[in-house]
Amino acid sequence: MTENGQRTRSFIRAAITLAIAAAIYEGLARSGYFAPALLPTIPTVAKTLFGMFADGSIVEHAAFTMYRVMFGFGLAVVVGIPLGILMARFSAIENFFLPLVSALMPIPSFALVPLFMLWFGIGNLTTILIVFYAATFPMVFNTWSGVRSVNPLWLRAAGAMGADEHKLFWKVIIPGASPFIITGMRQSFLRAWIAVVGAEMIAASDWGLGWVIFDAKEFLNADIMLASLAVIGAIGYAFERLVFGSIERATVQRWGMVRLAKG
Amino acid sequence: MQDAVTTIAATGAAARSQTGERLRLIARNIFPFVVVGTIWEIVAWAGIFPHRLFPTLEEVAASFVRLTVAGILPHHAIETVIRLLSGFALAALIGVSIGVLMGRSRRAEDIFLPLVSICAPIPGLAYAPLFLLWFGLGNISAVLLVGFVSAFPIIFNSWTGVKAVKEIWVRSAQSMGADDRRLFSHVILPGALPYILTGLRLGLAQAWRILVAVEMLAAVPWGLGWLIFGAREFLNTDAMLAGIAVIALIGLGLEKFVFQKIEDYTVVRWGMVTA
Repeated sequence: MTENGQRTRSFIRAAITLAIAAAIYEGLARSGYFAPALLPTIPTVAKTLFGMFADGSIVEHAAFTMYRVMFGFGLAVVVGIPLGILMARFSAIENFFLPLVSALMPIPSFALVPLFMLWFGIGNLTTILIVFYAATFPMVFNTWSGVRSVNPLWLRAAGAMGADEHKLFWKVIIPGASPFIITGMRQSFLRAWIAVVGAEMIAASDWGLGWVIFDAKEFLNADIMLASLAVIGAIGYAFERLVFGSIERATVQRWGMVRLAKG
Repeated sequence: MQDAVTTIAATGAAARSQTGERLRLIARNIFPFVVVGTIWEIVAWAGIFPHRLFPTLEEVAASFVRLTVAGILPHHAIETVIRLLSGFALAALIGVSIGVLMGRSRRAEDIFLPLVSICAPIPGLAYAPLFLLWFGLGNISAVLLVGFVSAFPIIFNSWTGVKAVKEIWVRSAQSMGADDRRLFSHVILPGALPYILTGLRLGLAQAWRILVAVEMLAAVPWGLGWLIFGAREFLNTDAMLAGIAVIALIGLGLEKFVFQKIEDYTVVRWGMVTA
């Protein structure tokens, strides 16, 4: 009862905070101290957002962005998970790739955007490669440490019960490493999402949410900017909560392994 | 697993540093770079790509030396580092205060949490054009944006850290007669410190990742991001690669000499992290 009461109170307070923040913003926007082009009122932003949905332009931009993210992220998963597993299982591969990965990891993906623009031109290829670069490292690292941290006792137990290499891999190592792998996917998606917006801004192609925001700056369309920001935030949030949340619930949480993932 | 165990054993033995072992370890770490460098050279010499776009490593090294001697590269690097540090200092100051406040007071939590959770999931760079519009091109926008973006992990971690301080520690300190100030400085702050440090580390990493891109967009007069972006206009791929090398070195330095040192001196020494 008190738990419930507390929750309602928190909810009401959150609503009040947001309402006050919105009111302050609205007041500033209407006060005329700032140019209306720079600080559009909330109804204007909402109208713009609605208009962009109505003519379908925002959907198309979002589709281009999603295509680039999913392509790059998919590549990162396809390359990162096997590489991480191989690194953890074979020390020769680990010795070769670990120094390379450690040296490349501190280079922010955006530093490579101009280089990739020279090499691959402006457009999808550059953006996808940047996303791929940004998303691969967390994937490799988490898979690697996940496989390495599989409890040796489990391996011995499975071995003693007569599991062969194949079985050991699919029934013990992969499930044992899965909390780390899923954490890795989560982190890499987050990185990919950040990278795609930046890459779209710098390597200005014709479509994409990042490009919309950057392009709107040229025309002082702050309303379009804020509307696109809202869409970007909503998509990122949806993926983080809905997609990865449900993957986690369906796998590691059900197997009772989340504590491992958090610790 | 067998391999992993032997690897750990091998690195452990090497760390105990018989000279031969150490040399072998160094050789093993250099070998991959030699392989990649050789492949790069072969591709560059074979002329598969236009030479301007794919310079040989000697040319990159030569322009690295030339730019360093001329003082251009150090100037860019220093400006970048100053920007990074000022943005991060801003984020640390604001982030830790808001985070601790949120952890301590229910009211502050209710006020800030909705705002923070709405702003945090939006990728930092998406704010860049808005900041440029509001604060103009140049340093102010760049520093503010870096600070704004890297504040979020710091806020979240400080908040979690303060909330994770064991209730029983607080109560026992109180029953031993600690006043609010002592409670804060002797119990809550040390208890939350591992989380806060993690947050600072994440924040600095985030600041570093975004700063380069911000420099490209904000048209600051000096800075490594700007160097790379400007070099593209003149097809100076060698200068670009030299700039990227400096970025990698700074990033590596941050990782090795800042993050790991902080962790070694504080939380690992206090036995709070069982890594």
